[in-house]
Amino acid sequence: MSRLTDANVVIAKEIIARYPRAKSALIPLLHLSQEQNGYITREAMVQLGELVGVTSAEVYGTATFYEMFRFEPVGKYLINMCGTMSCALMGAGELMHHAEHKLGVKAGGTTDDGMFTLAHAECQAACTEAPTLQVNYRYRFRVTPADFDSLIDDLRAGKLADEIPQHGVLAKVRQRIPADKGVGAVAPEDVTEGPAWLDGKPAL
Amino acid sequence: MTTVDPTNTTHVDPNAVSLTINGKSVSARKGDLIIAAADKANEFIPRFCYHPRMAPAGMCRQCLVEVEGPRGPMMVVSCMTPVAEGQVVRTETEQVKKAQEGVLELLLANHPLDCPVCDKGGECPLQDQAFSHGPGESRYVEEKRHYEKPIAISDNVFLDRERCILCDRCTRFADEVAGDALISFTSRGNNTQVMTFPDEPFSSYFSGNTVQICPVGALTAKPYRFKARPWDLDQVESTCTTCSVGCRTVVQSSRDELVRYQGVDIDPVNWGWLCDKGRFNFEAINSEDRLSTPYLKDAHGNHVATTWSSALETAARMIRTSLATSPESVAIIGGARGTNEDAFAWAQLADAIGVDQRDAQLADGLPAEVFSLAQATIDEAMAAQTIILLAPDLKEELPVLHLRIRDVAQKRKAKVVEITSRPTGLTPSAWKSVMVEPGKAASTIRAGLDQSILKQIGSGTVSVVVGRMNLAESAESVVLALAEILHVAPQAKVLPVLRRGNVRGAITAGLTPQRGAADTAEILALAAAGKIDTLVLLGSDPLSDVPDADLARRGLAGARNIISIDTFMTPSTSQADVVLPAAAYGEKNGTTTNLEGRISNIAQKITPAGTARPDWMIAVELASALGKDLGLGSVEDVTAKLAKTVAQFAPAADTKALRHDGVVMNRLTPITLNRAEAPANDRNSYDYRIVSFRKLYDSGISTAKSPSLVTLAIGATVVVHPLDLDRIGVQAGAHVQVIGEKATVVLPVSTSEDVLRGTAWLPFNQPGNDAREMFDVNATVVDVRIEKLS
Ligand code: SF4
Ligand code: SF4
Ligand code: FES
Ligand code: FES
Repeated sequence: MSRLTDANVVIAKEIIARYPRAKSALIPLLHLSQEQNGYITREAMVQLGELVGVTSAEVYGTATFYEMFRFEPVGKYLINMCGTMSCALMGAGELMHHAEHKLGVKAGGTTDDGMFTLAHAECQAACTEAPTLQVNYRYRFRVTPADFDSLIDDLRAGKLADEIPQHGVLAKVRQRIPADKGVGAVAPEDVTEGPAWLDGKPAL
Repeated sequence: MTTVDPTNTTHVDPNAVSLTINGKSVSARKGDLIIAAADKANEFIPRFCYHPRMAPAGMCRQCLVEVEGPRGPMMVVSCMTPVAEGQVVRTETEQVKKAQEGVLELLLANHPLDCPVCDKGGECPLQDQAFSHGPGESRYVEEKRHYEKPIAISDNVFLDRERCILCDRCTRFADEVAGDALISFTSRGNNTQVMTFPDEPFSSYFSGNTVQICPVGALTAKPYRFKARPWDLDQVESTCTTCSVGCRTVVQSSRDELVRYQGVDIDPVNWGWLCDKGRFNFEAINSEDRLSTPYLKDAHGNHVATTWSSALETAARMIRTSLATSPESVAIIGGARGTNEDAFAWAQLADAIGVDQRDAQLADGLPAEVFSLAQATIDEAMAAQTIILLAPDLKEELPVLHLRIRDVAQKRKAKVVEITSRPTGLTPSAWKSVMVEPGKAASTIRAGLDQSILKQIGSGTVSVVVGRMNLAESAESVVLALAEILHVAPQAKVLPVLRRGNVRGAITAGLTPQRGAADTAEILALAAAGKIDTLVLLGSDPLSDVPDADLARRGLAGARNIISIDTFMTPSTSQADVVLPAAAYGEKNGTTTNLEGRISNIAQKITPAGTARPDWMIAVELASALGKDLGLGSVEDVTAKLAKTVAQFAPAADTKALRHDGVVMNRLTPITLNRAEAPANDRNSYDYRIVSFRKLYDSGISTAKSPSLVTLAIGATVVVHPLDLDRIGVQAGAHVQVIGEKATVVLPVSTSEDVLRGTAWLPFNQPGNDAREMFDVNATVVDVRIEKLS
């Protein structure tokens, strides 16, 4: 399924409704799409363009600006290895080297059995726990080569199925804006007064 | 600084701003950008991304200047900074120079410097400004960034990403001006590049403009690639006559061959833009297939090359013999493809020999009375608060007018109300689209439009853009609808949009039925009945253009003699007894009239093909073979006599004024249209009602004979609503029979949600089986059945 599922189209429309201009929803929609398939498919980009009223070329332009959006199929598990400063100082380079050996692919590659994609990533905002990695966007902290090996072995053995979800069901929490808290999709230039829930109180 | 005289209170313009640039005091208007004010003051600031017809983007930083601020001089980007009262701008200080050199050094860091093999070399802003404002030397010694070069991003446009300086001009144009955002910046940082969506080409009707405005050689156009170097080019300013928008162009040649047209920016019309058809169809003029010598048909029906004198003598003899019977046995069809002078000389000839049956339109236009309604120029029409479109898809038929309307609609300067039988290129920008079944526009408006629309058009300024919205629907039907609109918006001014290049000029110069004589449809019917002895086709091809193939065929078969003056051996020309080769656009001087009645010059750049001559000259020579002296010895004579004879053309006497913006012809005292009850036009529910208008690329000569355009025609097809396809019971792509009263035509069927249910859209004059076989000039609408092939 390379277009958004019907359920995701419902979510997409909910997201679009939060913005005064539909195309502002593009980034969250790209996330939604990547979450569904592990990467962003061509068909999804066409569909997102239709949903927010821009051309496929514009969707493509926006999507490719962001390095964490992926356009090629990924393995069942996508392993993002942080390589930014704190992690680099704490041995991220060696860890990547080790990971490449363990999986038999270079960074950016996917194992032949389609289980793992190994990828470079920028700071994952957990610098105190360096070096870090994310597997299907779930953290592993202070990762040693031995930790990495057992992580891979456990994943292969299916032992972490509960903890680490599959593409398509990655997001456990969805942003919901209660009706009485939403300010509605009003373009900034059209805003004349504070949101209803502020109730005349100063903003801060 | 300017000083204000407090005693002088007249004409204090609240929007006037005065500032100084390089010590010069300059007056500007509030909101003007510094760079624009500097341009006006002849103080050149280098730039790459700034383009006066697009929103500033501040992408290249080449236009940095120094502005005096509270804390001393500061650097600002002059294409993003508006002028302010008392502002002090300096564009040539050491600081500014340093900044300009720095920016250029960076822009050149990754630039391949392959000027010797680059089309742009010699007219390249990067080359020129590197020379005038650059550091002279680069410190960059590392390996440059490499890309595959060049890649085709559409059939006619090539992109060399190594040369691109990421100025955002092409991408901004595609989005902001053309509304075809099919190219975009992709990736980021060092990898940023202009790109299409994978495998989805930049197929925009306006793509050639990006090549023209690209400030480097990153975008090149196939029809011109490696054809010439700028310093080999000869050029002359002219007006495009491919359609009746009349975009201002410069016609460029090298070694007596046309190699390129570029848009010229004139305020009242095209703002520098051209459509791709108008830009690239010079190829047709260079075609090997051009008629270059006269032909006579021999006893076996073969065309044999002959001399001008024998061809003219034969033509004169035919006309003389016919006239001896009656002037009514001679008719002239065509003239809308030539200059005003061509049309006028032919009208003078017709006057001299008493021929009243003449018509520059091919039964595909509107009655000439639309020019007698209160007229709007393009600018006036765009300035209206409401623009009503009762017209074909302008993106397809009059592309640059589409851009002008899109501009005001996007900027919310005008509300566009369209009345159409099929969504058009302007539907996304329209405020309201009223979908009407063919034949029902008048009755729909009469029955009452939406209250909000009535309120909007009932007051304020209104313009009505009126054209032949559907070629399978009668002109009468459009006029009735127009009368209804003018009834609810009596203040409205009309911009008639007849499509053929100089149709307005030709009609005004006299190539229109005189004294109630027959028009093209009637002439063809008379010919079919054996009542036309000599039929003159003046650059017209009824067999391809009249929206009734059967009538055209019978008419041409029934005319005893046909004299054709044309640039190509068209289907109609090949039936002619006498063929006279005509000089084409770019091969003759004269003037043309665009759809709003603007007269401007067109200029000769190359020698005509073979012995081809301009139409006006042929008229003069034919007249003299007939013993008439038209008193016209040169094209200037014709212009002068035209300006003297035809009141509307009087402004053309000022030949200087015709050179750039041109002049708008004199208007007549407006008439009013009478309303009338439209026929009910009811139909059987099994029928489909035909909607047909042209696509930009069709079987017309200028597309068919231009190798770069010919492949872009979509081909004959019938398009229905997806639900109707189920009703027919076939898959999209299958062939179906379209069964009309007059003929059955087999066509591939496809679907589009855009097509109203119960209607069928057939593009007009496309390669393939001809839909016009089913059309009937005498019918208000054409209903057909669509069935599976048996
Ligand atoms: S291709 Fe040309 S116009 Fe487009 S961004 Fe690059 S330099 Fe600018
Ligand atoms: S819009 Fe018409 S006049 Fe303008 S370039 Fe195109 S064909 Fe020529
Ligand atoms: S540097 Fe790796 S998480 Fe911040
Ligand atoms: S011209 Fe001003 S930033 Fe490019």
